[in-house]
Amino acid sequence: MTGFNLSAILTNPDYVAMLLHGIEMTFVIAIGSWLLAMTLAILLLAIRFSPGRFGDWFVAGYVSYHRNVPTLVQLMLWYFGIFTLMPDWLTYWLAGHNAEAIFAVIGLGLCQAAYFSEDLRSGLRSVGPGQMEAARALGHGYLSAMRFVLIPQGVRNALPPLINHSVSLFKNSSLGVVIGASELTHAVKEIENLSFQTFEIYLVGTVLYLFFSLIIMAGGAYVTMRADPAWRARA
Amino acid sequence: MISDILVIIHDYWLLLLIGQYPNGPLGGLANTLILSALSIALAFPISIVLALARLSKWPILRWPVTVLVYVTRGVPLLMLILWSYFLVPLLTGADVPSFITMLTTLVVYQGAFLSEVVRAGIVALGNGQMDAGRALGHSYLGTMRYIILPQALYNMIPSILSTFVSTIKDTTLGYVINVPDLTFAASQVNNQLLTQPFQVFLILALVYYAICWSLTYVAHRLERRITRRRAGLGVRLAAVIAPAKIVSEQS
Repeated sequence: MTGFNLSAILTNPDYVAMLLHGIEMTFVIAIGSWLLAMTLAILLLAIRFSPGRFGDWFVAGYVSYHRNVPTLVQLMLWYFGIFTLMPDWLTYWLAGHNAEAIFAVIGLGLCQAAYFSEDLRSGLRSVGPGQMEAARALGHGYLSAMRFVLIPQGVRNALPPLINHSVSLFKNSSLGVVIGASELTHAVKEIENLSFQTFEIYLVGTVLYLFFSLIIMAGGAYVTMRADPAWRARA
Repeated sequence: MISDILVIIHDYWLLLLIGQYPNGPLGGLANTLILSALSIALAFPISIVLALARLSKWPILRWPVTVLVYVTRGVPLLMLILWSYFLVPLLTGADVPSFITMLTTLVVYQGAFLSEVVRAGIVALGNGQMDAGRALGHSYLGTMRYIILPQALYNMIPSILSTFVSTIKDTTLGYVINVPDLTFAASQVNNQLLTQPFQVFLILALVYYAICWSLTYVAHRLERRITRRRAGLGVRLAAVIAPAKIVSEQS
């Protein structure tokens, strides 16, 4: 290693362009899989709350699989396994449309949905049956009681774990590198191969990840504070 | 499909179980479990020291650990693995096997994570225990050693077990630096077969599922039993007390 030279990386336009592209892909994967995960989580929750045992079993199995199999293995199963079983026209289409990123979004999103739905469920469960009974006694229907009484409180209870898991999701977007998605970790490794300035570029990558994670944590803390009734009463 | 899977298991079960041992390094599932168990065993004492440092009244002990905890919470494990892969040989000046690199990373990562679990366990006990211990003439460290930690660590057994499960899941990331674990063995099988990637990775997923599910099940059973005991009551009343939530990092 020949001395610490950070500016050699940060002033090279090629490297900066690669880093920016990496950051962009990291956000595409993280935000895309977050949206997919949240949609699925709400759907899973709806199935769980609707009558019938079959749905419960399905959701329990879904959550159990996605929580007990390593995320990396899930991604590998998607990209190396399920990808090859798809019909030809779909394979071609995906290959032409950044299949790596798409499978990273699908894999991470499906996995995260299990965590999100459990967070929401335990948030809702902690509201307590009295709230539903009181709302019904006041003349709310089931859905209206859910909408105006239970869900607002349940989501508020679920916020801390949801935020933690959102940070995990952001960090897990780095797993995309294993299936070849060109996100931030990928860019860091590429630049390392080109520049041999391992220490400097790892430092840049680490600081970037840490910076964005801390922003998500701080944003989460702010949302949690805003959602607190005591804060809203004061404002 | 199912017959394919059975044939693969029949042909490659030994490779998946122990890797190329004794003709090569130990690998496969055995190595995954050894790596995870060693990481937790080494991370556990470190985590207690880190937790005590973070609870200390001296900023010089508190700050570095707080920074470490935030770095490990905010930076992907993959990035930390790359760091170790680069730094460990540089610092030791030796050609370090990837197993050691991965072990180092996991010890630091899980040590920092477990320290939060330990800290939560200590804080959850409340101040009364410390006050009582001090009032009885114990020193600060004496109270920690004889009164606080035995209770806190006992309450934490389920959380430690679930950290063990996350460690098993984290070892899969050793794949990027070619640690010869179960995932590595599966990708070797896949490279030999070439035509059945779905079947191979499905087997891989199912094996991890079986291990992690059983350990999680044990953790939940233990948690219920400990909650019951902590309440100091019979089975009936324990249901009234909300179970302490298992803290676990996903991976």
